[in-house]
Amino acid sequence: MDQAVFLFEILLPALMQGLVVTLQLIACSAPFGLALGIAVAVGRQYGNPVVSWLCKTFVFLIKGTPLLLLLFILYFGLPSIGITFTAFVASVVGFILCNGAYNAEYIRGALISIKDGQMVAAQALGMTRWQAIRSVILPQALCRAIPGLSNEFIYLIKYSSLAYMITVIELSGAGKLVATKYFTYTESFAAVGIVYLVLVSITTVAVNILEKRVAVPGTTRATAAAQL
Amino acid sequence: MNSNNVVLKVEDIRKSFGENEVLRGVSFDVRRGETKVFIGPSGTGKSTLLRCINQLTPPDRGKVWLDGEEVTNSGARINYFRQKIGMVFQNFFLFDHLTALKNVELALLKVRGMGKAEAREKALTELRQVGMEDWADHYPAELSGGQAQRVSIARALAMDPDVILFDEPTSALDPELTREVLEVMKKLAREGMTMLVVTHEMGFACSVANEVLFMENGVVAEQGSPDLLLHDPRFTRMKDFIGRIDSRMED
Repeated sequence: MDQAVFLFEILLPALMQGLVVTLQLIACSAPFGLALGIAVAVGRQYGNPVVSWLCKTFVFLIKGTPLLLLLFILYFGLPSIGITFTAFVASVVGFILCNGAYNAEYIRGALISIKDGQMVAAQALGMTRWQAIRSVILPQALCRAIPGLSNEFIYLIKYSSLAYMITVIELSGAGKLVATKYFTYTESFAAVGIVYLVLVSITTVAVNILEKRVAVPGTTRATAAAQL
Repeated sequence: MNSNNVVLKVEDIRKSFGENEVLRGVSFDVRRGETKVFIGPSGTGKSTLLRCINQLTPPDRGKVWLDGEEVTNSGARINYFRQKIGMVFQNFFLFDHLTALKNVELALLKVRGMGKAEAREKALTELRQVGMEDWADHYPAELSGGQAQRVSIARALAMDPDVILFDEPTSALDPELTREVLEVMKKLAREGMTMLVVTHEMGFACSVANEVLFMENGVVAEQGSPDLLLHDPRFTRMKDFIGRIDSRMED
């Protein structure tokens, strides 16, 4: 078969279909993963001992087990207790849990780095702890967590390929199907790799722009961001 | 309003950190419009005393009343009292991610529930009070220490407090910046703001304070008008303390 025909009529259309699924997986996971990360980090850092322990245990469990195992449990295991997800939903739930747990650690690190004086000053003005966390602590902590969070987002782009292991035909899966059908492993997987590289590059550029936009004028962070 | 009105009453405040008894029973009344200055060696509990008043550090024993209402043991209502008891810190503690204007606005919006336009108007008025309206859109990291401290004073003023606690407001500043902050504080005192000030600035104490409380080892050792404590031979301990500072400076 002609290389060009294979590339433009078989491989690329298949990869584009897979890419759409990959993007759907990411779009459905990332926002909730971020929200979960914030909730778990704040719960662990500022919650009562029970909440704090629950958050800590959640992170421990997710960090301590392979994501693939989590996906298997969600897709193959849960039906035995009457909970059935489609493969796509199981993947998204797994990604949210995983993404959320790691995000929580990045955000917790940033929360700890905010000086006590910020909370003290907010409380001295009559704010409740929660008001202070929401309006004073979290906005600053999230800015500081951007490098870590973006890292985790890039991991998400890549580990979204694990959805293929529970039958979701996303980007990697689409590449695999073409590769085995036409016996074109090198070409197919190289093309898949390039698409991931493009996704990650776009993310990196977007994060740089975001960091510049949220940098607080006058700080060393702002100076450093401007030099990027 | 009657100028003899007691606005803040502090009664037998005691506080220990572990074995270390920092405050051993401090009591005083503050009348509306009065400026009281707390002076004394480091570690005698002056800052802790201020923090006990607005319950940032809950005292072990003793009571605080604001306008006849008990501040200690007030539960969730403490957030109301904290609006009425402003505080200015040695290291300013401005919210680093917000402009000067937004620093002043924040509690108006979140705590007082003001509308945006009204809060902005009020915040600008307070910044004008401290001569910082031209810097409204600058961030804390872009301000000098003196400017930052003036913004933090504006932030406290915005809540219309009955009394403002100043915890060594100029200790992190060089003499030039100290002067600009003290000018603002003198102006507030003249305009009738009630203030409790922990400071080492004797000049400020002498020119502004209605009463100086000299603290030592967790108690008020001497108490009276600046003139009395400095010149009446019955009082010796504060003079000794100041003498020690002066001789150190001459070295």
